[in-house]
Amino acid sequence: MTPDVTPDPLNQPLIALRGVTKRYGVGAAAFQALKGIDLEVAAGDFLAVMGPSGSGKSTCMNILGCLDVPTTGAFLFKGVNVEGLDRVQRSLLRRRYLGFVFQGFNLLARTTALENVELPLVYRGEPRKRRHDLAMAALDKVGLADWRDHTPAELSGGQLQRVAIARAIVTHPDVLLADEPTGNLDSERSIEIMQLLTDLNRASGITVLMVTHEAEMAAFANTIVHFKDGRVGGVETLRRPGADGA
Amino acid sequence: MLLTTILLSLREIRRHMMRSFLTVLGVVIGVSAVVTMVTLGHATTRSVQSQISGLGSNLLTILPGQGMGRGGGAQAAQPFKIDDVDAIRGQIGGVTSVAPQVQAQATAIRNAANWTVTVNGTTGEYLIGQQWALASGRVFSAAEEQAGKSVCIIGDTVKTNLYADDETIGTTLRVGRVSCEVIGLLAKRGQSGIGGDQDNTVIMPFRTVQRRFTGNRNVQFVSIAVDPRYDNAPIRDSISALLRERRNITGGKADDFTILDTKQISDALGNATAQLTAVVTAVAAISLLVGGIGIMNIMLVSVTERTREIGIRLAIGATADEVLMQFLVEAVVLSSLGGLVGLALAFVACLGLSIPLKMPFVWEPQINLIAFAISAVIGVIFGYFPARRAAALDPIEALRHE
Repeated sequence: MTPDVTPDPLNQPLIALRGVTKRYGVGAAAFQALKGIDLEVAAGDFLAVMGPSGSGKSTCMNILGCLDVPTTGAFLFKGVNVEGLDRVQRSLLRRRYLGFVFQGFNLLARTTALENVELPLVYRGEPRKRRHDLAMAALDKVGLADWRDHTPAELSGGQLQRVAIARAIVTHPDVLLADEPTGNLDSERSIEIMQLLTDLNRASGITVLMVTHEAEMAAFANTIVHFKDGRVGGVETLRRPGADGA
Repeated sequence: MLLTTILLSLREIRRHMMRSFLTVLGVVIGVSAVVTMVTLGHATTRSVQSQISGLGSNLLTILPGQGMGRGGGAQAAQPFKIDDVDAIRGQIGGVTSVAPQVQAQATAIRNAANWTVTVNGTTGEYLIGQQWALASGRVFSAAEEQAGKSVCIIGDTVKTNLYADDETIGTTLRVGRVSCEVIGLLAKRGQSGIGGDQDNTVIMPFRTVQRRFTGNRNVQFVSIAVDPRYDNAPIRDSISALLRERRNITGGKADDFTILDTKQISDALGNATAQLTAVVTAVAAISLLVGGIGIMNIMLVSVTERTREIGIRLAIGATADEVLMQFLVEAVVLSSLGGLVGLALAFVACLGLSIPLKMPFVWEPQINLIAFAISAVIGVIFGYFPARRAAALDPIEALRHE
């Protein structure tokens, strides 16, 4: 069922956007959100996307998350053209390769931390025991193993985002997409979350794509891409992927 | 995967008890209404039929005149004579007993107590035809019948009111102006569906009642028991033909007598109650339909309410089909659970109502099974539309939904 997306032997970038545009609506009401994006992300990179609101960074993230497709241009994930996949294939692609972290946490209410983390495994058809083990391992990684039986209402903001991160990494995804993951947190919790994401990027080799408007948070990334008016305004490379320091 | 989906939907239902309860309330009420109506309807039909068969199985009663009862045309019509009874006995096959009857009201007096009874003049054959056993004593001998002796067999109500616990056999009872010896006591028979207390009777030889009570040689009606191996209808027809001949009714003229058939009455009443049951069930079924629409409404509201949840599920890799399946399974599991609760309610209701309604309670697996199946089908039908709407949601829009 999973689309045939095998690791690319030619060492292509993990993600490549080529001349991607996105237009919403038609006629006079049409809105050009992306006006031609060219971007490459290597496996293991930690990329921060910055830009004012309306600059197209969220639209771009939706396309990178396979939730949306470009109007024109190509989005290659591991060399496969995602714009040519149908809805089901993109679902399966998300299930297999992607993990999502949202600004608003987006955990299921009245559902324990453990059950929330198990959810992606349910859709992968993992047996009960393995679901439990993998979810516990993920919760352990974010330091919340002891909170497994708590529902979102009983957890603090920082803890909620950790549970959400555990849910995103429980399937060992290639890419973690984080949309303003610290937007709802105070600076102390924000830094904890950023350290967690950095650790996951360094230790587990997960490629992290993060949208943020806080320069302090973007500084944790290896690369910062600045969006401006539907185009890439500039790329800052802070450090090489896998390099130590910072 | 389906099992997991069912388990997940059960978990969802448990997490939102209030919402789930409100969703299925209509189905609970609908299922319990249908099952209760059908069960009680069947019980009514059965109890009506058993009351009528209590009158005696396969009994034909022939009255002079047209129409039920003793009034009206009976006056004008020529009464039967004992020859008619003998003719039926002699010429009609397939009957087990033919008994003439004359009735009168009289006051029975014993010691200081008196009691109004129905005096029934007939033959021993009557009790055979009615399958009416004696509690004690004996029936009339042929000689007593022939001679018109003053002997009587009393019913249970008469004994209760005049004798209490005293011995009855061998005593003398005054009935009207006649003193008669009690030779038998009838077994208790109870209320009949029509005609009141059957046990308030004093049975005497046919000639005795003619001579001492009615004062003429008329036979008021003839009781015939049909051999259960034979069908009632052809026997009814041949009796009718015989009587028409004896009473000189020719050509297109109407009968001046009536043949009442307990089987016919029982069938007719059975049909009437069955029809009534069907109508009431149809009304109850409408409430089941309304219950289904209720499920759809709340599921649709629930899809809107759960838009974000659907968005999350889609984002983490659920396919549209899986979301559709989730909502559909939830609807089916919900309405099936509602159906089960409805069946339990119906069980309690039928059990509780059978006591004041004085009807036997019979749990009928068939209607329970049908009602449960319908509740599940309602889940599929009315769950599909909301489920499709949920599956069609755009994950980006859904995640943005507040």
